[in-house]
Amino acid sequence: MLRDAGRIAAKDLRIERRSRVLTTQVLPFALIVIVLFAFALDASTDALRRFTPGLFWVTVLFAAVLSVQRIFAVEVEDGALDALRLSGVDPASIFLGKAAAIATQLVVVEVLLGLSVVVFYDAEPDDVVLAAVAGVVAAGGVAAAGSLYGALVVNLRVRDTLLPVLLLPVLAPVLIAATRAYGDAFGTSAVDGWAWLGVLGLFGVIYLLLGILTYGVLLEES
Amino acid sequence: MSTRPSTGSTVTRVIGIAALIALALLLCAAFWWSEPDAQQGDAVRLFYLHVPVAILEYVAFIIAGVGSVMYLWKRSVFGDVMAHAAAEVGVVFCALTLITGSLWGRPTWGTYWDWGDVRLVTTLILLLLFVGYLALRQVPGDRHTRSKQAAIVALVALIDIPIINRSVEWWANRTLHQRSTLIEGKIEDINAFATFLGFLACGLVLSWFLVHRFRVAWLEREVATHGLERALSERRAEGAEV
Repeated sequence: MLRDAGRIAAKDLRIERRSRVLTTQVLPFALIVIVLFAFALDASTDALRRFTPGLFWVTVLFAAVLSVQRIFAVEVEDGALDALRLSGVDPASIFLGKAAAIATQLVVVEVLLGLSVVVFYDAEPDDVVLAAVAGVVAAGGVAAAGSLYGALVVNLRVRDTLLPVLLLPVLAPVLIAATRAYGDAFGTSAVDGWAWLGVLGLFGVIYLLLGILTYGVLLEES
Repeated sequence: MSTRPSTGSTVTRVIGIAALIALALLLCAAFWWSEPDAQQGDAVRLFYLHVPVAILEYVAFIIAGVGSVMYLWKRSVFGDVMAHAAAEVGVVFCALTLITGSLWGRPTWGTYWDWGDVRLVTTLILLLLFVGYLALRQVPGDRHTRSKQAAIVALVALIDIPIINRSVEWWANRTLHQRSTLIEGKIEDINAFATFLGFLACGLVLSWFLVHRFRVAWLEREVATHGLERALSERRAEGAEV
């Protein structure tokens, strides 16, 4: 199952490397949001530094919506999703492969955003390990939910507008936990970031289990 | 003799009349028979509506969850239609919970909304999750596929309910909500009676809405399934007459 998932993730990342949507659209979009937040907060470096964790993760979620839309859009063309189903690959592998591809892209987005907040918001993490681990775990949780909801709306004509309506409320617990963990990592709030990392992990596991259990039903005739 | 199409029946009319009587009694109990609270003053009168509506909102969403499981497991059309109806009624009750809670919170807590209150925020998230569910339901397309997708969305949304329910205990230092007043038996006499009336009235209203919404959704489904066949047979009959 994991080997097939790896192949599907590799296929999606190969398409991504060739089409360069991540580098030419998603990353610039994330950067624009970071800049717009600075304008919205009156270009106050103090305020931006204080709110860095929240602004960072809201931007990641916006970028995640784009990544999920993109990674499933390629499956609509030429009946690629039907071909994937006909290949006999376990639906759970398809789910995990898609989630891994989305998570990989999100980690790239997070690295760029991390550098951006250091430069633009003058915010440097006190605990780099916590920031890195929370970044990867949160990317996994977001990607698992994204993979589930991306497949859910893939064949709908209104998928681009419906996906954020369905996905963002589901990701609210991830946003809260990741913001808390980063609050500790960046020293902007007095909380135990490692405890919030546990919450992040818990939601990640829940979304993964839901995806593994329901993907077969979802792909059956969608 | 043709009868006027209706989703009502003797049972629903009895439920409807009982709901109206219970609501009238609730108004009397809340505004005249009960006394203002020592701490909350007159704001406590909203409590008789807010608490029942909040708890019955869970009931509606849990019915939606059970219906969703029935559909995913047994392809039960009854379960699917019930889930849709219950989710719609649940959204109305959830919105009412937030509105009455905000109105109650202003005089009691000094604010309409507090982002630090976990129960408040998780209830809002639940509302948004089921608004998404209803948005998905509205998308045209293959009925079976849509029902299946909606069932999964409903089950994911249900994860929020235990979090809302336990939030007052889990984040005791981050909530304006009091602990379970009803379970701990802190309310007495006429206040308890008014709360009971609140549950009765809101429960009857929920049942009335649920039955009617279920029947409307069922008829919509029947029309979608048999409407074309009926129209074709009518056209054929017209042709035969000529």
